[in-house]
Amino acid sequence: MTTPTVKDTALAPAALALGDDALVLSHRLGEWAGNAPVLEEEVALANIALDLLGQARMLLSMVGDEDELAFLREERAFRNLQLVEQPNGDFAHTIARQLYFSVYQHLLHTQLADGDGPFAALAAKAVKETAYHRDHAEQWTLRLGDGTEVSHDRMQQAANALWRYTGEMFQPVEGLDIDWTALQTAWLEQIEDVLRRATLSVPEGPRTGAWSAGAGRQGLHTEPFGRMLAEMQHLHRSHPGASW
Amino acid sequence: MVTTTTPLEEELLELAGSVPDPELPVLTLRELGVVRAVHARGADSVEVELTPTYTGCPAIEAMALDIERVLHEHGIREVTVRTVLAPAWSTDDITEEGRRKLREFGIAPPRVRNASGPVPVALGPTRTRDADPSAAGADELEAVRCPHCGSADTELLSRFSSTACKALRRCLTCREPFDHFKEL
Repeated sequence: MTTPTVKDTALAPAALALGDDALVLSHRLGEWAGNAPVLEEEVALANIALDLLGQARMLLSMVGDEDELAFLREERAFRNLQLVEQPNGDFAHTIARQLYFSVYQHLLHTQLADGDGPFAALAAKAVKETAYHRDHAEQWTLRLGDGTEVSHDRMQQAANALWRYTGEMFQPVEGLDIDWTALQTAWLEQIEDVLRRATLSVPEGPRTGAWSAGAGRQGLHTEPFGRMLAEMQHLHRSHPGASW
Repeated sequence: MVTTTTPLEEELLELAGSVPDPELPVLTLRELGVVRAVHARGADSVEVELTPTYTGCPAIEAMALDIERVLHEHGIREVTVRTVLAPAWSTDDITEEGRRKLREFGIAPPRVRNASGPVPVALGPTRTRDADPSAAGADELEAVRCPHCGSADTELLSRFSSTACKALRRCLTCREPFDHFKEL
């Protein structure tokens, strides 16, 4: 069993962090294909997944073979946030995960696009796509939060359940020239604004600190991630070199 | 940046740009605005710069193959298609002719925006008419017109449609659903 090589460049930590976020969330969203509540939503989630997959391919290709990195790395070698590996849950959980992540990604891409680093061109491209993802998540949060009593409660539960995975997003990533404090402040403002308009309350409880879930960037992942990877990598590992 | 283009490069750019888009064959790649440049690298070797519409657009590989084939047929032995990201493609890069063809094909063309940056959000929580004055940014873009009857009275059904670059709308006058090439 060979381990995929990651080019030893200054780019590697950030390319893996951002690339794995996009890859893993893309796979999770793809799991909705055939299961979404309405056809339009199925198409929307698949389209968002496709945008993310495109970003992942470019990022992973910067530091190695995209297929090997996606399909032959072990769980501990992935550098994605624990937030994006969380199971889809009910539709509200998927939307809460989308809201938290797309607001973060949009802010991050905006900052990266404004700079002149190695990710500026990709970020300038991706930020326009991410704006649509963010809008999609925001509109659904408003619709579910300010909807029926049942949809409100389920959206609130989902927002609460994923809250503890949001602190990790603002851990500095080596090689990215980002003002992480400003990023976190802007993220909190935007999330609080959307939740308030959706008649939801801002979750309480830790996002960082003595007890926090955050360690995906160091290769520590939550239990559902292993099963996700098993499914994602199974075909490639069972039929090495297959093509059609 | 000052670049000089040779007559051969111009001819090959024209040729590469004449390739039809694999998803929307009514449009050529030139009309879509995705072929950026052709650089001659010798007598029979060229490099073509191609930019993706969306980062994950799966059509880009088919585009590259089609460009290679057309240039090979023109006697170019070695063709390299390179993907460039900057400056990012925008729907403003679609030519006037391209917009007209999209409309005739039954797809509402993207509206022209001049500034780049965040996408104006003019959408409400549910199916919404753009005329809703409370929607942020609603006054920045004209209404999306039905490509079938020309009515400006249309509603959004889904922000995402059969491909990443389109949204699904319905005309409230003739009741026909239609794709809208959304602004990027």
